Parts: sequence; structure tokens; C-alpha cells
Amino acid sequence: MADVVVDTKGLACPMPIVKAKKALDTLQPGQTMEVLSTDKGSLHDFTAWVKQSKNELVSHELENGVYKFLVKKL
Amino acid sequence: MENQKEKTTIVLFSGDLDKAIAAFIIANGAAAYDHDVTIFFTFWGLNTMRKDEIVKVKKGWLEKMFGWMMPRGAQKLGLSKMNMLGMGPEMIKHVMKKHNALTLPQLIELAQEQGVKLVACTMTMDLLGLQQEELLDGMEYAGVAAYLGDATQAKVNLFI
Repeated sequence: MADVVVDTKGLACPMPIVKAKKALDTLQPGQTMEVLSTDKGSLHDFTAWVKQSKNELVSHELENGVYKFLVKKL
Repeated sequence: MENQKEKTTIVLFSGDLDKAIAAFIIANGAAAYDHDVTIFFTFWGLNTMRKDEIVKVKKGWLEKMFGWMMPRGAQKLGLSKMNMLGMGPEMIKHVMKKHNALTLPQLIELAQEQGVKLVACTMTMDLLGLQQEELLDGMEYAGVAAYLGDATQAKVNLFI
């Protein structure tokens, strides 16, 4: 279970990343966050953003058009 | 610690709605990447940051003419393509709302909230007859050297 869930369903670029960043800033290292998004560009966006911000993308899945990303703050 | 942050700079030269939206989306994305972001407004790009109300300032007649002819703020910008006497912007705003995309004023507000540095070029402000009181609060005022100071340390530098 993630420490925080960020629901960005229905929001367009750049909001998913902006909201995820805000939530990530509140986390301690080792904590996780789950981001939900319906933006079709999310997979590439989140893969790149997590890598660049030096955190860890633990898992991602696509279910009924909703992307679910589990991000761990390092 | 602060110095280790990546930097992104954008020169917004254009006063077109679509280009300004693109610039602010990139700026907000870069801020979410934890970059120090600077947008440098010059020439027509300055109109993006104009207040929408009439601000009483002392001006010569040529500056006054410019002031009347140029769009007063983010809500009034036209499209670079398919402007169709102002119908285009209304259409794009409608479509953006449908897709839940942020409007340009919302993107500007978000950028300010994320600490994006908004810098107005003072030389072109003089040319277009724009004064500080006519631009949104919280802007910085500088010239090319200040922009280059930020840009030389940035890996992402865009001219829009």
C-alpha cells in the first residue's frame, strides 16, 4: 500500500507530473506514492521523470485506460 | 545544494496564444522536474504578462497607440494559425476545456506557484511602451546579460 495516492485522472499534461512532484516533495526517502492517470502520454512521462529525478518506478500497470504508477522516493 | 539544480530557460518572443501555452506547459513541466526555470519575455511575448485592465500611466502618443493595438494580457492573445478574426482562440479554448487542459492564465498562475522566474526584458518594454505597472505582479526586470547568466548554466534553452 502506497503512503500517498495522487489521482490525476482526467487531467491533461502537464498536471499529472506537476501534482506528482508536489506529492513527492512531502514524502520521506523510502516512502512510496501511487499515481493514477488517464493521460495517454503518462507512461513515457513518468518513466522519464522518475529516472531524471533519481527516484524509483517500482511498478506500472494499465487497467481500463487508467495508468497506475508506484513511485518510491529515494 | 541549490546550485546543483538543473536549469531550464525559455525566451518567449511570440505573443501568440498557442506558442505561449506551449512555453508555459514546458516551464511547468521543467519545474516539476525540479529545475530552476526562467522565462524571459521579450517583444510580443511581453503581452502575455500584461494585466487585463487599463492601467493609467504616463505615455507618449506612439506608446499609447502600441498599447491600444497590442493584446492586453493572456486572455486576449490570438492564434498563430487559424486565428480567423478571434474565432480560432475561442474554439481552442472550448476544446481545451473539453480535454481538461489548463487555460493560459491558469498555467501562468501555476508557474508562479512553482517558483518559475518570470523576467521581462526592459529594453523591449521601452520599445513597445510598456511599463512595469502594466505587467502582472511578481515579475523581474532585466536585460540580455541576466538571461544569458541563466542560460549558460541551463541544458534546456528554448526560443519560442
